[in-house]
Amino acid sequence: MELNEFVENFADQLEDTDASEISASTVFKELEEWSSLLALSVIAMVDEEYDVALKGDDIRTANTIEDLYDTVKSKL
Amino acid sequence: MIDYNPFSLQGKTVLVTGASSGIGRATAIECSRLGANLVITGRDQNRLEETLKAMDGDGHSLVVADLSQSESVDALLSATDVLDGVVHCAGINQLAPINFATPDKIRSVMDVNFFAPYELTRMLNKKKRLAKGASVVFISSVSGVYVSAPASSIYSATKGALNGAVKGMALDLAPKGIRVNSVTPGVIETNIFDAGTVSAEQLEENKKQYPLGRFGQPREVALGVAYLLSDASQWVTGSNLKIDGGLTLL
Repeated sequence: MELNEFVENFADQLEDTDASEISASTVFKELEEWSSLLALSVIAMVDEEYDVALKGDDIRTANTIEDLYDTVKSKL
Repeated sequence: MIDYNPFSLQGKTVLVTGASSGIGRATAIECSRLGANLVITGRDQNRLEETLKAMDGDGHSLVVADLSQSESVDALLSATDVLDGVVHCAGINQLAPINFATPDKIRSVMDVNFFAPYELTRMLNKKKRLAKGASVVFISSVSGVYVSAPASSIYSATKGALNGAVKGMALDLAPKGIRVNSVTPGVIETNIFDAGTVSAEQLEENKKQYPLGRFGQPREVALGVAYLLSDASQWVTGSNLKIDGGLTLL
């Protein structure tokens, strides 16, 4: 699992934010379009791509996309 | 008049699926308190035994079965006598935003929430295990019948399908005096959210949508089910009982 690829997969879930604005250090909850539905999309993406079951709390405690990447990695 | 109780289930034999937890467990317990003889089923023997321990009276039976497997349905059929009531409580939830709601995921939830209870009902009727005047109750949900929630299209589809089936089944079984109804609860405090996909924080937020200010308790659904099983609802069929703390009023 690669950080860059994870960031791309994350960016794929977004509708209004340009992928070029998204990086590993993006504080995703500060994105204008962030919502509980997007959180569920990220959970579903991680399940599909990495076969890892994230919890709502994992999203809640992560700040940056890299934080989330680390969480996923620790559960692989 | 002290013994007057038109809601009594005395002398009735009732099968409850999904009895190892949540609404199924509460239904088994309340039915036993109202005098029914129960056959409880679920996938987890230990948790079914806990349900059995919490029930009143003797002579109840327990059958470990995964009702999405036809061998399990056969085993259950051979273990059951003629029933006066069936309560379909076994159900699962899977949150998936539309882009992730693949046919495989839909099928896996549909198998448990729709095909299994439908098939069990079909086989019970075909094998003449439903007494004349029996009552069949499906636990559906407000989700899929009145409302839905983000990422809930799969779950809603399975429950909406159930409510449609209830109407048709009620017509097919009416000549035998068999009644078929559904109950649509709002969110009930069970382990259905234990996977933690929805955070505790989000659930607290959801509670605020309920005019009565809280989620429901399994027993509050079980008592509605008991009414539909009892002779008090003898003229009620193809109908749906909404137990939702006022959620769908808004």
